[in-house]
Amino acid sequence: MSQKIVVLGALLLLTGCAANTPPRSAGAAPSGERLVEPWKTDPFPSTYHAYPGVPTLITNVTIYDGEGGRIDGGSVLVADGKVQAVGRNLAAPAGALVIDGAGKWVTPGIIDVHSHLGDYPSPAVKALSDGNEMTSPTTPEVWAEHSVWPQDPGFSRALANGGVTTLQILPGSANLMGGRSVIVKNVYARTTQGMKFPGAPYGFKMACGENPKRVYGAKGREPSTRMGNIAVDRETWQQAVEYKRRWDKYEKEGGDPPSRSLAMDTLAGVLDGKILVHNHCYRADEMANVIDMSKEFGYHVTAFHHGVEAYKVADLLKANDICAVVWADWYGFKMESYDGIPENLAILQKTGTCAMIHSDDENGIQRLNQEVAKAQAAGRRAGILIPDEVAWEWLSINPAKALGIADKTGSLKPGKMADMVLWNGNPLSVYTRPDKVWIDGALLYDAHDPKRRPVSDFELGQPGEGDVK
Amino acid sequence: MRALLLCGVAALLATPAYAETIAITGGTVAIGDGSQPIPNGTVVIRDGRVVAAGANVAVPVGARVVDAQGKWVAAGLVAGFTSEGIVDGEGIDETYDGAAGKSVFNAAIDVSTAINPTNQSIAVDRTWGVTRAVVSPEANNSVFAGQGAVIDTGADDAPVTKARAFQYAELGEDGASHIGSRPASYVMLHDALAAARSASRGGDSKDALITRADAAALLPVVEGRMPLVVHVERASDILQVLSLKQTYPSLKLVLLGASEGWIVAPRIAAAHVPVIAAALGDLPAAFERTAATESNVGRMEKAGVTVAISTVDVSTEGGQRNLRQYAGNLVGIARVPGMTGLDWGAAFATVTSGPATVLGLDGEIGSLRPGRRADVVIWDGDPLELSSAPLAVWIDGVAQPMTSRQTRLRDRYLNPQEGALPKAYER
Repeated sequence: MSQKIVVLGALLLLTGCAANTPPRSAGAAPSGERLVEPWKTDPFPSTYHAYPGVPTLITNVTIYDGEGGRIDGGSVLVADGKVQAVGRNLAAPAGALVIDGAGKWVTPGIIDVHSHLGDYPSPAVKALSDGNEMTSPTTPEVWAEHSVWPQDPGFSRALANGGVTTLQILPGSANLMGGRSVIVKNVYARTTQGMKFPGAPYGFKMACGENPKRVYGAKGREPSTRMGNIAVDRETWQQAVEYKRRWDKYEKEGGDPPSRSLAMDTLAGVLDGKILVHNHCYRADEMANVIDMSKEFGYHVTAFHHGVEAYKVADLLKANDICAVVWADWYGFKMESYDGIPENLAILQKTGTCAMIHSDDENGIQRLNQEVAKAQAAGRRAGILIPDEVAWEWLSINPAKALGIADKTGSLKPGKMADMVLWNGNPLSVYTRPDKVWIDGALLYDAHDPKRRPVSDFELGQPGEGDVK
Repeated sequence: MRALLLCGVAALLATPAYAETIAITGGTVAIGDGSQPIPNGTVVIRDGRVVAAGANVAVPVGARVVDAQGKWVAAGLVAGFTSEGIVDGEGIDETYDGAAGKSVFNAAIDVSTAINPTNQSIAVDRTWGVTRAVVSPEANNSVFAGQGAVIDTGADDAPVTKARAFQYAELGEDGASHIGSRPASYVMLHDALAAARSASRGGDSKDALITRADAAALLPVVEGRMPLVVHVERASDILQVLSLKQTYPSLKLVLLGASEGWIVAPRIAAAHVPVIAAALGDLPAAFERTAATESNVGRMEKAGVTVAISTVDVSTEGGQRNLRQYAGNLVGIARVPGMTGLDWGAAFATVTSGPATVLGLDGEIGSLRPGRRADVVIWDGDPLELSSAPLAVWIDGVAQPMTSRQTRLRDRYLNPQEGALPKAYER
């Protein structure tokens, strides 16, 4: 019985909204039936659906496949929402739209692994400031999706100017444990559930360093120091270990179900490997502390975000199978970013560490391809040569892996979601912009068609509505 | 830190004599005055000034020749609105001299007294071709923030090009948040300017709400001897600011931000008011910026407005070196249907002669036209392109060191693993 329920739970995670009858979660269980461990269900399932597309063949185009492959003068065929084929000379199926890609580039859609669109939306007024539940240093019970405002005009800019097709929206970094993230497709919907990436695992936001100790130190409570940060984290992880033990025992032996804690559900999900840890952490020494802490309690850090000092411990990150999520050249805007250097990504790449770009910024998300170009160039001047098509992995397959969705998107491999950008030139040039963007095979941005340019509710009837932004 | 200072000293000692004549030949020359790049040009500098730049420029006898074939020779970048040299890191409050906290003074504040030429960002931006910067204080509890400066980024102890180059005022949403409301901001502005006039006539200013020092500092503003840089974003706020000229005809206005400037661009042009714009702001980040678009700069330029760009309202965390990237984007968007961008020469001017012109300093800095200070950068490619970087930088004709804390950290950690001794011994 319990095994069957576990299998059902796992299936649900894979298929997201597909199941019509949700498993019996801890919240609502008829008497006599065994409850599923509560972190294995999603009470806010994705209702995203792909929009219709037409079979499309782009010919004579330069292709970066997102996994380090490159084809010059190649072709890409998408149909039924999926990549069908990538090659040199593909024939157009009957009825397919054929686009001559001469002088243009095709890449997988960009994935931003760190965004606050929706939870810190535009306009940045207090009433919409929903990114940090700044009332306790540990709030694993909050979920970013309950803050995301799906009318954020920022989504449209990230699509049209940035070619971003998937993003992870995280809680802020005021708290040591900030809450769950949500991964969305960059397709406007009336509800956040309507944007949720089907089948994507949850992420869990943690933060090192200055922010938690500053915020809670100012309130006269723990943590007010870096040692306080780690102490509060460890106390909380210990509770989570015990919580999970109680649920595991119940699942095995039955009896009265343990009492439920939404906070502990999230942490137990992490300990169970179902929820992926995205840890804001600037400094090399702090990353090392977190790695040891994760081993103490038996969880894995998927990625360190804002790792401006990741280059100093690139070997340590590689040895522990942790990705580094970084900016191209941000530095010096706070003490813990003082040692940022533009060669960070290149040094990580040279060391063989999983690395990628991120924005953390509603402007930066519009130019992630340009950020990669700068990082690549900085590497070249330091003697680290990274081909364009390999640098593109920092925008595609690497973030897809860090989000646990690499089997679905993040490269132009047949069978994957047709999340794809046609660029009007070399996408690592400052002079290049998206020409067209498809998500699940649907054309959702076309520079030549004002009707394929989304305008959020907020912008309707405002000065500049529908302008080319 | 000691290493950095030593490095700076070594560079100074190594610099050529001031009187040396240098001819940089064979490169693509970008003058910075709005003109298009000139292939195979020559730039001649002498005594810290530009002698000539362009095609068919003769190499003077006895000049030291620097071969720039296959490279670009460009005017140094001028950062349009910054806190360069007055903070060691935005969040490192202890080091910040941009906001005056509880000071009773505002307009009288003179930011040039705080410039620290050894701070990290100056060296970093210098190695990336930024040779001058407009530095401004930040408004605190007044409409007026104080007097900004124009500085150079040279590795020497004399950073100030022009102290008290402008007065800075907030009259939009930011101003209202300090003062209470937009109308209250205007009352404060008018009252302070009246006090300045009255004080200059020896009038009784006992009931004035501003200090004697602040009133004195505003006199050159009222008399049009000092530009007044006003931060506003909304189209209606811009029109309000332009109308100040009716009351104060001598006022030398400059608009900062002006995200909705494109809506009233002909009016800005007609008033001959230049703009330091938010480079690529395209989000309704505030209600006063609902019509923001990347086309703002291009549309204003097309209407005849003199436009420079700055990192105001866009991310500053990468440093002022990214201004060239923003300028490059303004070229790129010209190819997007419905967008208005700039041609290359005009885009480059927004980060060179543009900020200088806005503050009336284009006779002195911001381009490679004859007589200007010799701020010259040799780039390994198109300066606006992401793959390019400077190979050499001169400021006032003095060759600059091409190292910074960042290059030192890079060299130390190119191989992250520790060797026979800890990293602290590697330098």
